[in-house]
Parts: sequence; structure tokens; C-alpha cells
Amino acid sequence: MSLADDLYRETILDHYHNPRNHGTIEHPTAQVEGVNPLCGDELTLYLTVKDGKVEDVKLTAKGCSINTASGSMMSELLLGKSVEEANEIVELFKKMMLDKKEEVELPEDLEDLEALRGVKKYPVRIKCALLPWNTMLEGLGNALKSPSID
Amino acid sequence: MSNLNVEQIRKDFPILQRKIGGKQLVYLDNAATSQKPRSVIDALTGYYEGYNANIHRGIHTLAEEATDAYESVRDTVREFIDAEHSHEIIFTRNSTEAINLVAYSWGNANILPGDEIVLTAMEHHSNLIPWQRLATERNAKLVFIPITECGQLDMEEARKLISSKTKIVAVTLMSNVLGTINPVKELAKLAHEKGAVILVDGAQGVPHVKTSVRDLDVDFLVFSMHKMLGPTGVGILYGKTELLEAMPPFQSGGHMITSVWRDKATWTELPWKFEAGTSNIADVIASGKAIEYLTALGMDNVREHEIEITKYALKKLNELGDITIFGPKDATLRGGVISFNVDAIHAHDIGQICADAAIAVRAGHHCCQPLMRDLNVMGTARASFYIYNTKDEVDLLFEALKEADKVLGHVACR
Repeated sequence: MSLADDLYRETILDHYHNPRNHGTIEHPTAQVEGVNPLCGDELTLYLTVKDGKVEDVKLTAKGCSINTASGSMMSELLLGKSVEEANEIVELFKKMMLDKKEEVELPEDLEDLEALRGVKKYPVRIKCALLPWNTMLEGLGNALKSPSID
Repeated sequence: MSNLNVEQIRKDFPILQRKIGGKQLVYLDNAATSQKPRSVIDALTGYYEGYNANIHRGIHTLAEEATDAYESVRDTVREFIDAEHSHEIIFTRNSTEAINLVAYSWGNANILPGDEIVLTAMEHHSNLIPWQRLATERNAKLVFIPITECGQLDMEEARKLISSKTKIVAVTLMSNVLGTINPVKELAKLAHEKGAVILVDGAQGVPHVKTSVRDLDVDFLVFSMHKMLGPTGVGILYGKTELLEAMPPFQSGGHMITSVWRDKATWTELPWKFEAGTSNIADVIASGKAIEYLTALGMDNVREHEIEITKYALKKLNELGDITIFGPKDATLRGGVISFNVDAIHAHDIGQICADAAIAVRAGHHCCQPLMRDLNVMGTARASFYIYNTKDEVDLLFEALKEADKVLGHVACR
């Protein structure tokens, strides 16, 4: 059995070893802490939303490979999207990871996320993959509520 | 070589035949729960198939047999921990419940505002949170004995911290993270000199180290049968007679009374005062078989085997350059619990890669979040050994860790 075929495939390892958008934003529109109480994983999401668009995303994370890779992929995909599109992508990804009956199809521009589909085979790790996305949902909600900075 | 015939022992544990993904199970999660020998499993079905009945007050054959079997385990436990009386042995649900019993029953009767409760920096949440709650309710203070760099209790500090303000010292016999075996006898002496009592959390220690409550002179000892070959659902509270007698009941209801009126009741004698409601009869009876199994092996032989395998594992795992092993370096100062991190790899990733090799290890904070903060780690991976583990299994662990280091090691940016 090869690990790389399954949970630790190349895309995941690439994002794990070189997480994209790693860091902080000095004056973000929203800053949210995500915590996984079961394993103690933590991440902080920084978000700049301007004119209804995700202008900047940064993440700092103390977590496992799945958590780190998932956050990294998410940041890449949501950068530049409208808040509405970003919300839709988050919901689609969550559905893919959580829907037990239906295999959710991903559009071509989200195909990187296919790498995380394998995590579904390890039910205890699904929460690791979802933590950045749930934190993002909260961040997007907060960004819309916060006083406009433009 | 140890005096344990490990090959023979392994045959007594049906689960060790299990294959996962075509590979032989390597079970190294014994600090979480141990596996069960055939005799324990048979005792469970034997009770349910042969003499299932509620104990006490039943005037029929099954009830008598069940009562005898249940009560005789009390004496088996008494002998195992060298207590003076079998009424000093209380059956609870687990160690946690036993500690809660003491914190609630003894604590509420004895802890006053300003009193101090002395714990250590290496306690499991189960020997921390009941005292936190008690301290908050009674306006008492928690005091923590720190640990040294080699993962042992700082006894110099302990001598200062245990004072005339101290009412109870609650300490683990063996750390479930560091493996450290604590000098409980010395701590008991320090506590008693100041008029305090001592509770020892034996959940990790009693399954692995011969324990005599009279030699250690401890006031309370708690442990869980499921970590020592027994079924889940049985904890033991040992308490000195005079302390238990002075304590009010913990839970109340059936079975713990002598006379009941509409507006009042009187409590029955020890040990039943603390065993309200129908007991976990089947699991207690099977627990007796677990103790018999360990006694037949000899606890000194168990300990010797574990020192040998721990010594080997410490040496072998250190061959991985990137490994950090926590706790004492000397296997004779610790139990067979080894917590470690490889490079900066998250413990859950290590656990996963081990799982793919059919190796069961635990990963995370091990219910010791304050200790994790002291060690400045998010969590650790942990391998823990018991009577059926072999050096070959340690080698398999080593190979899996090498694989983890290859796949996930050398993290560029965190």
C-alpha cells in the first residue's frame, strides 16, 4: 500500500511543504481563529475584502499535513473571487467532503481540490481538511459585517 | 531475556491475530487501553450465559453465584494492591469516577477556603479538573509541583510546596506522557508530615509496577481495570478505612442504604456506601480474571519485560536523527510509555502513517494540555508497551517512522 496514492499524494505534499499565502495581514478586514478541539490544531485566517472581493488571504497554521494543505489550496482558489463566489466554493467543497450519498463533481477550475477527496476515506481526518474552510465561512461573514475600509 | 514467555502470552490474546490491510496488527497503544486475554472474555460470556443475576438480596441460586463471584473480586483486588481490608476496595466506573468520588465526597467535607491542593505538572486531565472544580467551589488554591528537564518531579520544590496549608496531594504514579515513575512513597511521607492526605492516580502505574498501598502508605489509590487486561467500565478506588468511613456518600439511591423513610435514610457500611445502584457485575467479575492473569505472570516479571523493551525502543528510536523523545532517558526510571515527535511532523500524520502499517499508536495531547504547553508542543505521538509486545514490533515502528520522516519531514515553512 502506497501512502502517496492515497492520503499523502503529491498535490497535498506540495501544499504541505510549501504552503501558499502563509503569513499575516497587518490591517485585515477580518481575522478569525479556527480551533479543532479534538486535536488542538489552530489556525488564524486574515482576510482583506474590498469592493465585495477577496483581495488578500493569509493563513498561519499549527496543524497536520491535511489541515495545512487544505488551507493552502483554499487560499489560492479564493483569492480574487467575489465574496459570493467564495461562499459558493466553500459550500461546494464542504458538500464534497461531507456528502456520504452523492459524489459531488468539481468544476475544472477547482480540480486541485480533488486531491483532498481521498481524505474522505479517513473519517477522523475530514475535520482536519474542513477547519480552514469553516474558518473562512466565518471570516467572509465577518468581513461583510465590518465597517467598510474603502 | 525477561522471564515472560511472550510468544505463549500472545496466544492468549485473540485480537493479536488480527490483520489490517494484510499486515499483522502491532498494538502499541496500551497506555490508552490494553488488550484482553481469552480468560477475561470468557468470564464475561460465562456470567451472562451461566449465572446472570443482580447481586445481593437475591434468594436464588443465580443471585448467590453472581454475588459470590462479584464480591470475591474485591478480595482479589485487595491482595493485588496489598490493602489491609477488602471493604477498602470500592468499584467505580473508571479512575476518573474514583477521583471525582474523592474530590466530591472527601473534598467537600475537608477543603476550606485558603486550603491548598498540591498536584503536579504532569497530571492527566482526570486528576486535574475535579480538583480545579473543587478549588473553585471552596475557594481553595491549586499548587503544582514542577518537572525538571529530564521529566521528573522537582522534589526540592515539592518539599517547599507541600506545607501546613496543604490538605491533599494528588499525584500520578506514572505519567501517561513522559512515562516517569514518581516517588510516591516519599511524597506520601511529605504529605503526612504536614497532616495532609495523598491520592495516587495509578491508572498508568498499577498495570505495570507492583504496587503495595501499605508499603507506599498512600491514603487513596485509583486505577482502571481496562488498562490492565480487564474490560472497560471498572475502576477501583482504594481508601484507608478511617477516611472512607468519615466520608459522606458520593452517589445515592439503591443498595447504599440501611433504612429508608420518606424523608430520610441511613447509609450502609463500607464498601457498599459508595456503590449506589446496580453494579457493573459482569465486568467486575471479568476484572478478577485479569488480575489473576497478571498475578500468574508476576508483576516483577511484567516490569522486567517492560524495562527491557523500553530500553530497546529508546535506543532504536534514537537512531532516527530527527526524533525528540520526552521523559527520562533511563528505562528503569520510567514505564513503557514513549512520547515523541519526529522532525516537525504533526503527531496525527505520524499516527496515520503508522496506522497504514497496521501499527496502533496514539497521537495528540493525551489529555495533558497543560503539560503539552510546558513541553512547548502541540501534541506528541506515543507508543506504549505491555506484556505481549516484542522487539520486532519496535523495529516495525521504527520503519514506519522512517517512512513518515521521508514523506513528511523537513517542513519548509510553518
